[in-house]
Amino acid sequence: MQFKSQAVAKPYFIAAIALFVGQILFGLIMGYQYVVGDFLFPYIPFNVARMVHTNLLIVWILFGFMGAAYYLIPEEAETELYSPKLAMLMFWIFLGAGVLTIVGYLAVPYATLAQATGNDLLATMGREFLEQPLPTKIGIVIVALAFLFNLSMTVLKGRKTSISLVLLIGLWGLAIFFLFSFYNPSNLVLDKYFWWWTVHLWVEGVWELILGAMLAFVLIKITGVDREVIEKWLYVIIAMTLITGIIGTGHHYFWIGTPEYWQWFGSVFSALEPIPFFMMTVFAFNMVNRRRREHPNKAATLWALGTGVMAFLGAGVWGFMHTLAPVNFFTHGTQITAAHGHMAFYGAYVMVNLTMISYAMPLLRGRSANSGSAQVMEMWAFWMMTVSIVFITLFLTAAGILQIWLQRMGSNPMSFMDAQDQVMLFYWMREITGFVFFAGLVLYIGSFFYKQNEAPAAA
Amino acid sequence: MNETFTKAMARNMFYGGAVFFFLLFLALTFDTVKNLPKRDHRENITESVVRGKHIWETRNCVGCHTILGEGAYFAPELGNVYKRRGGEFIKAWIAAQPTGIPGRRQMPQFHLNDQELDDIVEFLKWTSEIDTNNWPPNIEG
Ligand code: HEM
Ligand code: HEM
Ligand SMILES: [Fe+2]
Repeated sequence: MQFKSQAVAKPYFIAAIALFVGQILFGLIMGYQYVVGDFLFPYIPFNVARMVHTNLLIVWILFGFMGAAYYLIPEEAETELYSPKLAMLMFWIFLGAGVLTIVGYLAVPYATLAQATGNDLLATMGREFLEQPLPTKIGIVIVALAFLFNLSMTVLKGRKTSISLVLLIGLWGLAIFFLFSFYNPSNLVLDKYFWWWTVHLWVEGVWELILGAMLAFVLIKITGVDREVIEKWLYVIIAMTLITGIIGTGHHYFWIGTPEYWQWFGSVFSALEPIPFFMMTVFAFNMVNRRRREHPNKAATLWALGTGVMAFLGAGVWGFMHTLAPVNFFTHGTQITAAHGHMAFYGAYVMVNLTMISYAMPLLRGRSANSGSAQVMEMWAFWMMTVSIVFITLFLTAAGILQIWLQRMGSNPMSFMDAQDQVMLFYWMREITGFVFFAGLVLYIGSFFYKQNEAPAAA
Repeated sequence: MNETFTKAMARNMFYGGAVFFFLLFLALTFDTVKNLPKRDHRENITESVVRGKHIWETRNCVGCHTILGEGAYFAPELGNVYKRRGGEFIKAWIAAQPTGIPGRRQMPQFHLNDQELDDIVEFLKWTSEIDTNNWPPNIEG
């Protein structure tokens, strides 16, 4: 750690990991409800567990991005953060808003929550991923603006590198596209059309800029490869992201009432979206192979390489699998979608956050890297979580293919619920694998406390 | 990467590509929005449909069901449920929840009154008439 104010990143990382645990616990609850339908009913209905699972996911990833930015920007700008106090204030506001929202989901019926929080004044709730009450949504905007102000001021008074510029563009984009969550017309088609401006333009647009910048930063640090080379890669990757990903939004406009030509635009451009993800993999391996130093933090290197590979598999390969309109006609809204959602989110945004945390946390705790045994433990956690998500994805893919076969093909299709009964075996396997994932997460957290007093690993 | 391809060229490719494709996206959006009335039959969005969508949202139906293929995958597609089951069945179904069958997936009781039940049916009826390019593949959704 080179600047004192980088220390504000630490509470953000800790909160991120704590909320990650909550996310997985609710994933396990839902996974169990998939096989034993009335589990915890009526106390935690499936839709409530799902909101908690996905909203915790989004919020902890945002915590991770913010922590990463507070760590990365001062170091890139070679100056102290503009206002560490503001950063800490925003931390508590964001955490408070997040926790209150989750408590609200769990404590009162959703309709009551909506009524109590002004949803009748401006209806924004009850849409997938954007379920947050109005005050939470406004809170997110305020926190984001204060955060962006703080970072932009820091960059303005310091060195301006391509990495911090790309990170800032990504984060500004994140805030701007979130504003579409306030637009909820009563025409469902228009509602859906612009809902994707938040959801798709986040994960297949501006978030990829953030991902690229974080990965580039860690790669410079652990490999010592020349900044010019790394930043050139970064620009090409994010250029490909936006060239393919913006029009690629069209892969969500096949069947929601939008004109037919989107089947062409959406299929062609989104079919090219794997390119930037593939480049990220090549980029990570290339830089590590050309490394000019042996960084003692082997775990961070593993996470960085893993991000490249898993983001390509989850977003690139599993995304491509169902992105062409004639295929999507059958796969749309099935377990195939869930399979892809899990591996893509994990491979790209979970892993890049864990990469950053793995690199920065030891430095924030006053050492260049953790002890050798703590790193071994962290790497075990890496493999347990990563292999689990691969199997979860495979089981959901199997369930999805069967579901489509039974419910959407042939002359005598089954009803949805009958088809679900037929694929129960795969849901059981998904749930069991989920417990392995959870064990990996526990091990991961354990690695922060394990043999921390031993000397840091040598290079 | 090739030495003759400089970082400045990469940066220009990023800015140029982003601006060009965003403008193209805006143009397509403009055209889409202009053409939507023919496909979404918005002349049929009555007060009742509007209220129905509000009920759909405030009960978080999308947390279990898909609608036009988007949402959760725990319970059946409802974009075409009006065609599959009809309005009377839908109202009776919602009023009868939860089934309480042990081990079966359960849908909550939302305590909707007659007017609210009519509204949600009107919303689902309007939704089922959107031109979706013939999706879903069959009536089961
Ligand atoms: C890291 C990047 C990505 C993430 C985090 C991600 C995540 C997701 C999620 C969560 C959904 C489900 C949305 C919903 O609930 O309706 C989804 C849908 C989809 N994704 Fe991705 N995705 C990524 C990249 C990609 C890429 C690169 C492609 C194409 C090559 C792709 C193709 C699709 C398609 C076609 C759907 C719609 C599925 C359906 O019709 O049901 N995704 N994605
Ligand atoms: C490991 C244990 C996990 C289990 C058992 C689990 C289970 C589930 C279930 C049952 C759903 C709802 C599917 C539906 O709508 O019917 C879901 C949705 C989702 N989960 Fe998980 N999950 C787990 C971990 C994760 C992780 C690690 C991530 C992120 C990296 C994640 C991201 C998501 C996303 C993005 C969705 C929405 C998907 C979509 O809309 O297509 N989950 N999860
Ligand atoms: Fe997408």
